[in-house]
Amino acid sequence: MSTDSLWYHLPPPSTVVPTPPAEAPRAPVALSIDGREVEVAAGDTVLDACRTAGASVPTLCYLETLTPVNACRLCVVEQEGARVLVPACSRKAEPGMKIQTASPRVRTARKVVLELLASSVDLSTAGELTPLLEEYGAAPGRFGAGAATVAQPVKDDNDLYVRDYGKCVLCYKCVEACGTDAQHTFAIAVAGRGFQAHISTELDVPLPDSACVYCGNCIAVCPTGALMAKPEFLLRQAEQWAPERQAVTDTICPYCGVGCTLTVHVQDQQIVKVTSPIDNGTTRGHLCVKGRFGFEYVHSEPER
Amino acid sequence: MDLHIVGAEANTDERAAVDAALGAPVTGWDGGTHVATRDGRSARGGREASARRDLLLPALHAVQDRVGHISHGALNYICRRLSVPPAEAWGVVTFYHLLSTHPAPPLVVHVCDDIACRARGADGLCRDLEAAWGPPLTHGGHRADPEAHRGAGEAGARRGWMRSPCLGHCEQAPAALALGAGADGVREEWAPVGGAAGIVARAEALERHAGAAPLDEAGRLAALCAVAPQAGSPSLRILRRVGVVDPERLDAYRASGGYVALARALDMGPASVVAEVVASKLMGRGGAAFPTGRKWEAVAREPARPRYVVCNADESEPGTFKDRVLLEGDPFAIVEAMTICGFATGAEYGYVYIRGEYPMAEARMAGAIVAARAAGLLGPDVMGRGVRFDLEIRRGAGAYICGEETALFNSIEGKRGEPRSKPPFPSQVGLFGQPTVVNNVETLANIPDIVREGGDAWAGIGTPGSTGPKLFCVSGHVARPGVYEVPFGQTLGEVLALAGGVPDGRRLQAILLGGAAGVFVGPEALDMPLTFEGARAASATLGSGVVLVFDDTADLPDMLRRIAQFFRDESCGQCVPCRVGTVRQEELLARLAAGGGDRPAAFELLNELGQAMRDASICGLGQTASSAIETAFARLDLHGFGAPR
Amino acid sequence: MGGGTSSYREIEETDCILLWGSNARETHPIFFHHLLQGVKRGARLFAIDPRRTSSAEWADVWAGLDVGTDIALANTMGREIIAAGLAHDAFIANATTGFDDYRAMVEPWTLERGAAETGVPAAVIREMAHAFATSPRAMICWTLGITEHHTAVDNVLSLINLALLTGHVGRWGSGLNPLRGQNNVQGGGDMGALPDRLAGFQHVETDAVRAKFDAEWGVAVPPKRGWHLSQMFEAMERRDLRALYVIGENPAQSEADQHHATHLLEGLDLLVVQDVVMTATAQLADVVFPAAAAAFEAEGTVTSSERRVQRVRRTLAPPGEAQDDLAIIFALAKAMGHDWGAPDAETVWNEVRRLSPPHGGMSYARLEALDGLQWPCYDEAHPGEVFLHSRLWEQPVVGPRAPFSRVEHKLPVEALSEEFPLRLTTGRRLAEYNTGVQTGAYRSPTRRGETIDVSPEDAAQLGVADGERVRVRSRRGQVEAPVRVDRTLRKGLTFMTFHFPEEVATNRLTIDTTDPKVGTAEFKAAAVRIERIGA
Repeated sequence: MSTDSLWYHLPPPSTVVPTPPAEAPRAPVALSIDGREVEVAAGDTVLDACRTAGASVPTLCYLETLTPVNACRLCVVEQEGARVLVPACSRKAEPGMKIQTASPRVRTARKVVLELLASSVDLSTAGELTPLLEEYGAAPGRFGAGAATVAQPVKDDNDLYVRDYGKCVLCYKCVEACGTDAQHTFAIAVAGRGFQAHISTELDVPLPDSACVYCGNCIAVCPTGALMAKPEFLLRQAEQWAPERQAVTDTICPYCGVGCTLTVHVQDQQIVKVTSPIDNGTTRGHLCVKGRFGFEYVHSEPER
Repeated sequence: MDLHIVGAEANTDERAAVDAALGAPVTGWDGGTHVATRDGRSARGGREASARRDLLLPALHAVQDRVGHISHGALNYICRRLSVPPAEAWGVVTFYHLLSTHPAPPLVVHVCDDIACRARGADGLCRDLEAAWGPPLTHGGHRADPEAHRGAGEAGARRGWMRSPCLGHCEQAPAALALGAGADGVREEWAPVGGAAGIVARAEALERHAGAAPLDEAGRLAALCAVAPQAGSPSLRILRRVGVVDPERLDAYRASGGYVALARALDMGPASVVAEVVASKLMGRGGAAFPTGRKWEAVAREPARPRYVVCNADESEPGTFKDRVLLEGDPFAIVEAMTICGFATGAEYGYVYIRGEYPMAEARMAGAIVAARAAGLLGPDVMGRGVRFDLEIRRGAGAYICGEETALFNSIEGKRGEPRSKPPFPSQVGLFGQPTVVNNVETLANIPDIVREGGDAWAGIGTPGSTGPKLFCVSGHVARPGVYEVPFGQTLGEVLALAGGVPDGRRLQAILLGGAAGVFVGPEALDMPLTFEGARAASATLGSGVVLVFDDTADLPDMLRRIAQFFRDESCGQCVPCRVGTVRQEELLARLAAGGGDRPAAFELLNELGQAMRDASICGLGQTASSAIETAFARLDLHGFGAPR
Repeated sequence: MGGGTSSYREIEETDCILLWGSNARETHPIFFHHLLQGVKRGARLFAIDPRRTSSAEWADVWAGLDVGTDIALANTMGREIIAAGLAHDAFIANATTGFDDYRAMVEPWTLERGAAETGVPAAVIREMAHAFATSPRAMICWTLGITEHHTAVDNVLSLINLALLTGHVGRWGSGLNPLRGQNNVQGGGDMGALPDRLAGFQHVETDAVRAKFDAEWGVAVPPKRGWHLSQMFEAMERRDLRALYVIGENPAQSEADQHHATHLLEGLDLLVVQDVVMTATAQLADVVFPAAAAAFEAEGTVTSSERRVQRVRRTLAPPGEAQDDLAIIFALAKAMGHDWGAPDAETVWNEVRRLSPPHGGMSYARLEALDGLQWPCYDEAHPGEVFLHSRLWEQPVVGPRAPFSRVEHKLPVEALSEEFPLRLTTGRRLAEYNTGVQTGAYRSPTRRGETIDVSPEDAAQLGVADGERVRVRSRRGQVEAPVRVDRTLRKGLTFMTFHFPEEVATNRLTIDTTDPKVGTAEFKAAAVRIERIGA
């Protein structure tokens, strides 16, 4: 091999910095949000337009990284001329739409939806819903003490997760993260129907008998704490879970060479949770079992 | 995909049933024999392996029909065959009430206790049956204690029964559906059943292999005449062949003018056919009343291929049975109409989605498709004109929601029958994500006449705003329940009179228009013209053409609670307003019925709940689940519930 | 420069993927997420692997080649592409050298011969070749199934040949991507942790390069390359190498032919081990430096398989006396009489930026702001290259052309025999990592310990049942392990991991024959026999 070969000398840079192919330009779409004219790009949703306009629209089942299922109906807004309210998270913005984000119809729908959830589901660890209940004046007690709930025993069948479906609002996020939006493992799906609909493995077998690979991506997207990693569950049980005392730092996973960003949550010099930023291009918030749970060696006494 | 299949294996019966539905497995990787020299060197997976997901429901039906329930082993085998994750398949199984997840007796009789049958004594029948056979089984079995599901005693091991939502035989209420498992399992509609004694007698006859013999031509026509009392009347258009022309003979259909329209359509060309349908101003007859021509136009305009035609024959709206009568009485007309639709819109394949409670309709349609194919009226070269169109039947499995068009697509695709968000509409993104025309059976039944006579001429029937003839399903407390055809424009009173009015000198108390998703009206509405515009003006709806009549003996509060229960049972569970709202609505009715408490607050809550369900639910089910109840409170004198305002 | 040519996002937008010798579903799970999005979007996936792994189950077509026949398969595909007229003539003419030799070399590799040599049906080889060549965008991704062979370098070159032949490199959605097995394998190479390289892949035997480093460091860098790992062990054998400083490796368990490796480590005059826990290697050491867990207890950077340099941050204080690697090395330097000042990761990094042109533009501030940068990134205005080798598409090509390489098919060193009739290949599982030093500490619900995985046919022939403990014997050693009957294996092929060395020391069986060019050991192909215990 001659010494002037590529083996000995780095190739020169190309004259043009390589770039991804340009995305097709998207036509502007002008619409009105609460009387304010805004412009978004074709393909953007009404929710995008609302956010552009600075209008706050609550969401529950929506997540940037998942396909909208628009099941929770919290994000409904009123479109002038439409018979029913429209889900902002999935409806594409159309030219000339006139949207109201806080009309009496909208507020009533959201309030009732919140009441239906709060009267049937344990929302005690659903942090993002608490302020909404107050904001919309939801009074779930109106349905009476005998109102049916989804209360049920906690499923604690493995060393890494706890599943408390009494806290499940059936937002489908875990199913989507386990399915085609990320993990493609399909260990869980919605089973049953109507009020009996629930998240389940096949025949409701325990997680260790299912296809689950314990990536924990379902936990990461769960908005209510129905799915929780063991350390958090145990700390909460002991009333020692203290997010305000937790230091949160981004680092890179110590395992394979993909280079996933880990957001490490440390409380009292102990790693208590590992997540990943949803806007990270490599992970999109998703990790594998080693990245999410494989940190214990750091705390392995007395080996260290 | 890397399926994780563990646990039980299918038994011989289950494998045979699945293989009969899907064909034999090809390699060791999809459930067949592992041949090391072949399967050890290469395998095809990925998209190809999971491309047959739409056969999931047919495979589940095959096992249910053969074995009576879906075992873990059968589920695993189906999953391996079709490359479907078991958790997803379980989600599908547990969605449908006609699929059982626990061992069930070989014969299960589904007894309708829905509103029309209730008006005709279904509740008493169920009590009698309970005395004879013990308590009812629960739907699907997946929620119940499996032991309880098996039924009691030796007879309980052979047969069981369960309560059912409307079976679509309201004209002969009360009705039942007998589903037997086994290689020779029966699927029979029993209407009228002749009380609990009739059910017991029929079940025992089945066990002795002495069930009813197949009908001959005269029997077939007589049975149809019984449900279509106008049969043979020269004024009929949609019903002209029902009870007159043998539905099992293609030659009879052709002799009565069948396939003239298709021939004419092929001469006219696709664009002209669409133009005629647009000109006819035909509105969909399934309940939503959307202009049919606009659907066809939209699909014909889409660039994407393939495109599909879907006939929505999942007629499940309580009180509705007209589509069943058409499928049973004039199946070739539906096949012809779908072929015309396929030609006009550039679709080469169609599906007829028939609810699982309609075995007779399914058999008649299946016969018609086979006969049409054999005669070159379906297939790669329709009528020798180089046009390709073929059809297949998909059987529903007990889910009202699958009558919602996008839920129906999901059901065909082998998914849970959950409605999709619209837009995008089916004309753009429909079945398998492709442009799709989806039309109701009765809608399609009008197509041959429109093509033959021209859209403008046909539009002369009825009123300017509601063109054409219309079928009404008249049931409940009338002298001659049945399906009636009238041109749009007749009043409610006139249609009631056609059916002989309220019999036995009783007083008319209320009429439910449009089914459980419809509205109640009182006797003051008899002058209302039964047109889309007339209904709108009266804040009513025609829905699917239900005219369910209650005389002064009817227990309307009980009917309202049955309607609330119906929606609670049939909600798919996807969106919060409907999933929880239908439960809360039922609870509130129970609270009101129990008396006491803060009644004005309860009514206010009921109204607010209704508004939220109407405004915020994903699909028509939730949007209309409070409609009958709200209109009943607003318009009727409901003694049991007190006067709300 | 050695690195994957493409970005992860590209595999979502490619049309054809050859996943070759890689069970990325388990070993690179988040990369596989990107791959599956590509598959969902319509990319065709071909998996080339002796086992039908969970990755291969996702493939449109799985090609189950015999262990060690990768070059035969690649050359057969190459010949088929040429014979079918599907070679990218314009790219070959513009950007490559040696095509005529390549064509002559692959000419004997007809589909029939390729099928006979690899075991893959001819129709499958043809389908893969055509799909790869005719897809507008196509990429090849591989892992250790390509490199843990005595023909490691030639295996890689045979894949590069395919990309050059079809023009599937240097463009968006096309490329050649080795998936790095460990979180900073790429970064280690980038930084010059190679026997012949300084930081930035600059060759140590190049005067101008050395002069730059000499000036920065104020010492003369030795002008000759050092030993790679296998050469080090050979040197230990010869007693030319007497002292060893091991940082974050566990060679006593991770090296092939473990008996032999341990014996050599024991024979050293001085063994210094720096690691986060007391590994098996540390237990042999004369001196142990307790180290911080780099990912959580230290500052610095690592480089991913898409060449992205990313920041590692300290979130915990190291326990006890442990210190981060930088501090230990600084302290060691000080003890040797060189005071480098206070150890600071950013200062060291800025030195790298001064010396290594491809890292020049990667300030800590930019790495923070941009979620890392992909090299090469020459200056602070440079965005980093999302894919490499775009120069090959310029007219005329910028810099030297890319050479086709001469690669010859050679079967694994250890042939099967009557005495050792089964092929043992090794690999990883999803929830475990290497020798289990880190993963052993968390309670994985899917952990099932070590097994010897065998095909149903072999299990039947041997008369062993699932779960039965057996003895596995190679020419170098023996272990006992329970049998796991696995239908993804074909007759004659067995599989083990090396995750549980305390229970089952798999590497007592493996062969330490290495690739002469880079020294990677042939972990993927040993010959073994299975014996029933007590039979």
